[in-house]
Amino acid sequence: MNTSETAVEMRSISKGFNGVNVLNDVDFEVRSGEVHALAGGNGAGKSTLMKILQGVYQTDSGAILVGGRPVQINSIQDAKAVGIGMVFQEFSLVPSLTVAQNIFLGAEPQGRSGLINDKEAVRRAREVFAEMEIVVDPRAQVSALGTAYWQLTEIAKALAQNARVLIMDEPTASLARHETDALFDLVERLKKRGISIIYISHRMDEVYRIADRITILRDGRRLLTESLSDVTPEQIVEGIVGKKIEGQLSYQQRGRDAASAAPILEARGLTSGKRVRDVSFTLHSGEILGLAGLMGSGRTELARVLFGIDPLDSGEILIRGTKAQITNPRRAIAAGLALIPEDRRDQGLVLDHSVRDNLLLPLLDKIARGPLLDAAAGRKLSNSLIQKFAVKVAHPNKPVRLLSGGNQQKVVLAKWLGTEPDVLILDEPTAGVDIGTKSEILAMIRELADTGKAVIVISSEYPELLAVSDRVLVLRDGSITRELGRNEIADEESLQLAVQGV
Amino acid sequence: MNNRTISTIAPEPGGLAAVRGWFGELDWRRYVIYIGFVVVFAFFAVLLRDQGFLSPNNLLNIFRQTATITVIAVGMTYVIACAEIDLSVGSTAGLSSVCTAMALSQWGIIPGILAGLAVGLVVGSVNGALVSLLGIPSFLVTLGMLGIAVGVAQWITASAPQPILNDTFNMIFGSGNFGPVPGLLVWSAVFVAIGAVVLSRTKFGRQVLATGGNRTAADFTGINTKRIKFQVLLISGLVASVAGMLYAGRLESGRFQWGAGDELSAIAAVILGGTSLFGGAGSVVGTLFGALLIGLINNGLILAGLDSSQQQVVRGAIIILAVALARKK
Ligand SMILES: Nc1ncnc2c1ncn2[C@@H]1O[C@H](COP(=O)(O)OP(=O)(O)OP(=O)(O)O)[C@@H](O)[C@H]1O
Ligand SMILES: [Mg+2]
Repeated sequence: MNTSETAVEMRSISKGFNGVNVLNDVDFEVRSGEVHALAGGNGAGKSTLMKILQGVYQTDSGAILVGGRPVQINSIQDAKAVGIGMVFQEFSLVPSLTVAQNIFLGAEPQGRSGLINDKEAVRRAREVFAEMEIVVDPRAQVSALGTAYWQLTEIAKALAQNARVLIMDEPTASLARHETDALFDLVERLKKRGISIIYISHRMDEVYRIADRITILRDGRRLLTESLSDVTPEQIVEGIVGKKIEGQLSYQQRGRDAASAAPILEARGLTSGKRVRDVSFTLHSGEILGLAGLMGSGRTELARVLFGIDPLDSGEILIRGTKAQITNPRRAIAAGLALIPEDRRDQGLVLDHSVRDNLLLPLLDKIARGPLLDAAAGRKLSNSLIQKFAVKVAHPNKPVRLLSGGNQQKVVLAKWLGTEPDVLILDEPTAGVDIGTKSEILAMIRELADTGKAVIVISSEYPELLAVSDRVLVLRDGSITRELGRNEIADEESLQLAVQGV
Repeated sequence: MNNRTISTIAPEPGGLAAVRGWFGELDWRRYVIYIGFVVVFAFFAVLLRDQGFLSPNNLLNIFRQTATITVIAVGMTYVIACAEIDLSVGSTAGLSSVCTAMALSQWGIIPGILAGLAVGLVVGSVNGALVSLLGIPSFLVTLGMLGIAVGVAQWITASAPQPILNDTFNMIFGSGNFGPVPGLLVWSAVFVAIGAVVLSRTKFGRQVLATGGNRTAADFTGINTKRIKFQVLLISGLVASVAGMLYAGRLESGRFQWGAGDELSAIAAVILGGTSLFGGAGSVVGTLFGALLIGLINNGLILAGLDSSQQQVVRGAIIILAVALARKK
């Protein structure tokens, strides 16, 4: 197979929304059988470029060539017809249908009578999975499967439609470690069969692991396209961010000895359902406590219990030494807690509301004048938050839905830090966030702890966890199995071993 | 941490470019109701010149006839903005008119008014409690309540109209004027004004919109969304009961048929006014114009001499057209 053959080429693509240029003269070329990483900061235009290839948006100018021939892609159907498939960031499956029904949705195999032949669909779905060398029951209802299988079903769906180019937009964001490994194995196999993969990710290690070449976009322009063997990670990061980043991702011993400070939050024997079992720990002011564990180990559930979203079956929470009745988020907020939730689109933001309205939602009391809200005060407060957290917005009145992922996350952070909490709980705070913003967020976490606030960080990315945590609790099946001071953890490897319980 | 050199906020617009930018961004779909209102008004003004469409009396009549719908629709705006629906408003108005009339003839004006409000309080609380505490969809709860309220009203009156002979009551609720201004106009103005300010300028209003826009995020932000859902249904019930008293005052009687079918007109007015059927966005002033547009159409079609079956067809077509134009693309 000839790997230098061009599968898809996009030539001087430009695209603007309401007069604002998002892509400028971008050239992008993918060869058959290669994994091509598409990198760039939040809002650089990666998703927009891919949506053009996918027929979701139409380009303002420029051309798309598939196999050397110019094509018009005006809809997702057009894209499918020329062999371009996408694994959506937000899944496009119908949960109430089976795997096979989803795979052939809209292209159901029909019998001679013209009725849908479900048996045939199941058989062909099996074939696709066999080619992918993975085991999934085509008759299972999608809603009963885990996220990893949703993704595999999405991939199978694209393959069943004879996709030659697969676009994956941050596919590992919601995958556990071993699921990521399985996905990468699958990518390798697809590659061997000549299928090209466009891979969007903010995780540098993943890019190096599977990609052959990389294209970096910055502010809607192509910065470079290189073979990965020819660029260093430092060059890539600098290309994405536009400047050097040093030291943010390594642990910095902070001045104060947090453990000797007064405890601000104490959990005693917290138990809730099956996911939080007899959890006890102490959190001091000025301390950053990391929670490590596999998917489903109960980290998120523990955060939800602390914030009063899930009820406690037994155990108690003490704030500054006195028992707190945290039975709902309102009480948690009153007790000085804030939770940056795991899923910002569903739990953190009202997507159709403006950036300003989202920022002010927990702060309405601050801008109230008598029974009314003071619009001018609200503008001032929200503008100052936008400035302080360097949120990149066209205008604060625009819906937050239009922001890129990283900027949405900054809005969630800004919204909660505006409440000036004493204890901040962050659940996967850098998911989908670019490397520049990530280092900003990590610096912000340290800064907060330095001002005496206590922080709990949940993260599946070990480098990030190790970069900020003064202490790490390892959770497994809802209970704490290890408690490690930062200096007891030599490196990522040893944390990973601790998490796996070795 | 914020040493990045990006401009974070677009400069406040100024000058000519700003004007162009402003118009460029102006989303005309949001103003369809106002444009539609003006267009329909102008159309009737020309076409029905000789039928007296523009006479002050006819214009006041339009206001008078839409007043109760407007009032009901103000409450409905809250319910729909909160991503719920209230189908029981029409029959609540009917039940309220009946209870007011009966209590009034027994015990006098104040107990009469209180009886009417009590109907709204009870219906709204029951709706609210079932929706927010038991989590039953409001569509089902209020559909059931629609039947119950109208049934009770018919039952306790044995289907007979309950005349109201108290002139003070009739004056205040509907028949009378405040100076040169018809009382009904004042009522709807008061409800629209309060409704608009509360929805857009108070904490409660913001929380209603947030709950309707994304309930999970609202919960995570510490908003008591159960209470918000309860409150909007309570408001809707109370407002509907006041509308019932306006029927009673204007028509000088309580009757179970008063308000029948109003839920549909109110929902149409709210949606025409730009409130999202899926919650999260709402405008009370838009609702007012939605109600007025419906009133305008009714009035114009009558003056044009269409019979009631033709009126219904044309009205339905215009509503679908307006909503189609106003929808997000
Ligand atoms: N439909 C839209 N209307 C207006 N602006 C948009 C729209 N879609 C995207 N944008 C803007 O275009 C820019 C590029 O967005 P895009 O989603 O392509 O970024 P991205 O590189 O995928 O970022 P991320 O890494 O955060 O996912 C952003 O500034 C975004 O706000
Ligand atoms: Mg993106």
